[in-house]
Amino acid sequence: MHELSIVSSIVETVTETLAGLPDAQKGARVLEVRLRVGALASVIPESLEFCWGIASEGTPLEGSRLVVNLLTVVMHCESCGQDVELEGVQSFRCPRCGNPCSDMRQGRELEIDSIEIEDGEEKQ
Amino acid sequence: MTTRIVELRRGILKKNDELAAGLRASYTAAGVLVLNLVSSPGTGKTAFLERTLKELKARGLRVAALVGDLETDNDARRLAASGAPVRQINTHGICHLDAEMIGKHLDGWEGVSLRGLDYLFIENVGNLVCPSSYDLGEKIRVALLSVTEGEDKPLKYPTLFNSADAAVITKMDIAEACSFDRELALKNINEIRPGIRIFETSAKTGAGMEEWLAYLAEARKGRG
Repeated sequence: MHELSIVSSIVETVTETLAGLPDAQKGARVLEVRLRVGALASVIPESLEFCWGIASEGTPLEGSRLVVNLLTVVMHCESCGQDVELEGVQSFRCPRCGNPCSDMRQGRELEIDSIEIEDGEEKQ
Repeated sequence: MTTRIVELRRGILKKNDELAAGLRASYTAAGVLVLNLVSSPGTGKTAFLERTLKELKARGLRVAALVGDLETDNDARRLAASGAPVRQINTHGICHLDAEMIGKHLDGWEGVSLRGLDYLFIENVGNLVCPSSYDLGEKIRVALLSVTEGEDKPLKYPTLFNSADAAVITKMDIAEACSFDRELALKNINEIRPGIRIFETSAKTGAGMEEWLAYLAEARKGRG
């Protein structure tokens, strides 16, 4: 399982992003990190969440929520001429016409979509 | 408290993907065909690679291999018997090879330069899950499956088989003793990766090797 290294990489990327924000937001606390994870990304959301607390400890991400948005597999069906969503990952056939599909349009994503931070511009 | 959303839209493995893109460019510039071999532990990657290296060397081709394992250099020593340069990568607990490890082991590999090679094989750590997330810059990802593992392996590990460019069935010499259902295995692989090239091989008897070597030759010409 490589979830811990994936989570550590998320923490690193978000920390770098925070450093690049305008001065007023630099020290902002992170409330939520939202991911886009394809059904074929080879990671288990529960394992990511399990590692989250450990990996974010002592960083500006400590105490934040990890939200995993799971994406289904979408293939382009040559015969139907359109993108079709697969019901699972056990058969790469078009659910409409039954022909095999090899042109994947969605399903392997492993991305940080966005983060929600406290607005640091708030005056005391 | 007011909050703010910051859009990132950044690949989590971006660093690896960037390093892999750099490797891919250097492989292309050097004219070497790079293959990444992935399977469970015990499928017979090393035996298959040993035979492949020997056969290619016998045809006068310049080959080398990087081999990943958590610990030991047993596989590198086995493969070195083929006469090809082999370098072991010990990941010390990490379940896959990544682009950084490949780059580091290509640098300073005594007597080996990419330009001096026709083929470079990377034998990944035995694991059917994690290696599929890490691009090593390879041109061809090969998923291996042995006749002892069960015909439904592609269905159980769809990511790996779906991201493969070629599939190799190993240990065909004992298929009958294992009651291996060949038709079902081929069907399952095709269900996950329609149209993929499948090679039915035995490193022991040499069965299927001619076809595999012909595929490698074609792939090097860019027609694989």
